[in-house]
Amino acid sequence: MPALDLDGLVLTRNGTRILDGLDARIPAAGITALIGPNGAGKSATLRVIDGLLRPDAGSVLIVSQGPVRRAHLFQRPALLRASARANVALALVPLGLSRTERAARAHAALVRVGLGHRADAPATRLSGGEQQRLALARAWAVTPDLLLADEPTANLDPGATELVEGLIAEMARQGAKVVLVSHNLGQVMRLAADVVVLARGRAVEQGPTRALLTSPEAPETRAYITGEFPWTSFAAAS
Amino acid sequence: MFQTLQETISRLTTLDRDVFAIAWLSLRVSLTAVAIGLCVGIPLGAVLAVSSFPGRSILVGLLNAFMGLPPVIVGLVLYLVLSRSGPLGSLGLLFTPGAMVAAQAVLATPLVAALTRQVVADAEAHLGDQLRSLGLSAPRRALALIHDTRFSLVTTALAAFGRAISEIGAVLVVGGNIDGHTRTMTTAISLETQKGDLSLALALGLVLIALVVLVNAVAAILRGYALRAYG
Repeated sequence: MPALDLDGLVLTRNGTRILDGLDARIPAAGITALIGPNGAGKSATLRVIDGLLRPDAGSVLIVSQGPVRRAHLFQRPALLRASARANVALALVPLGLSRTERAARAHAALVRVGLGHRADAPATRLSGGEQQRLALARAWAVTPDLLLADEPTANLDPGATELVEGLIAEMARQGAKVVLVSHNLGQVMRLAADVVVLARGRAVEQGPTRALLTSPEAPETRAYITGEFPWTSFAAAS
Repeated sequence: MFQTLQETISRLTTLDRDVFAIAWLSLRVSLTAVAIGLCVGIPLGAVLAVSSFPGRSILVGLLNAFMGLPPVIVGLVLYLVLSRSGPLGSLGLLFTPGAMVAAQAVLATPLVAALTRQVVADAEAHLGDQLRSLGLSAPRRALALIHDTRFSLVTTALAAFGRAISEIGAVLVVGGNIDGHTRTMTTAISLETQKGDLSLALALGLVLIALVVLVNAVAAILRGYALRAYG
């Protein structure tokens, strides 16, 4: 499992400072949750880790003994107008597998997430829950060392949420380091071993999940957990 | 005017084999040119949409400008290239359907590439992060996005077909409007109009419009079927 060392990340887009010197050490084991209010920089942090955004300053160090295979679950799965199987198989192209191997592995991943019977269905015709499971199958198929999950259950009903949570937990048990962005503190409590709290593009607190959520130290964490918004009024009060 | 229309209808009912030969040549030349335009223009447009390199915006601007290339200028340049003393004169293509295909392909390719770039860029805005996250190379991402936008690209193909089959300047210059050899619908219409045979010109025009409508209808039916099956 890789550990992540985020050092002084700064990201500005269109004049807005999204990450403002973010420092965090994300341990190699288990699931780490990134929490914080909208605009805190959680999704941007995942994108920087994934190499989709280049920070203006700072660095991401992925500490691992070998090359790290990544997978990224977006809040809204981006799927091609093709069958469910073809969508998963595309993720296997960089692995250098033959077409037959890709199809077989894609099908196995779809079976694993309970979509084996929908393998030939157009991905765009699947329900929201099925589409997120398909995205999970795409991640599952590549057996990632690092799974970046950006609010993967934000648009799902409780049944689909439970299923997706179960699959993410199983991927972590099988050896993937998971970095999970979530606004669902119950989900964070259920899944994550430790939490990093972001506010205004910085990491304001980090620690084991239960201890951090039950006795937060940083005022921003207390405000977020107790729902004291917006930040501007908090900042003015302090 | 009324008499011309009456004669036109009469000519349509008695269109002879020559007219069908002209229509067939027009279709053959334009469809071949469009096929070449699609083979070159789609990959070019898609790669431009997913990649970034110095001078890319200039290239995109040029491509967009070339959508409006004047056919007669294309014909003239190709004429110079294909004439006996030109660099490709030894091919002996001037005043053949091959030269007409080349001319229409030159007109169709920038149109296909520019429209493809726009369609694929729109899809890239939605799917690009996911495809990059999968670790796919730029050509592989372009291929995936071409596949994703295939139904929209049908419209691009139809626009290119419309441009090719309706143009006259280029095919007239490099084809020569030789009866039974390089005479197309547009050059024939032009000739008959100049000769004063308006009813025949109008009849040929109606056949040309029917051809365009037919090709568009077939494409629309196939697109609708594919969308229902795979959309």
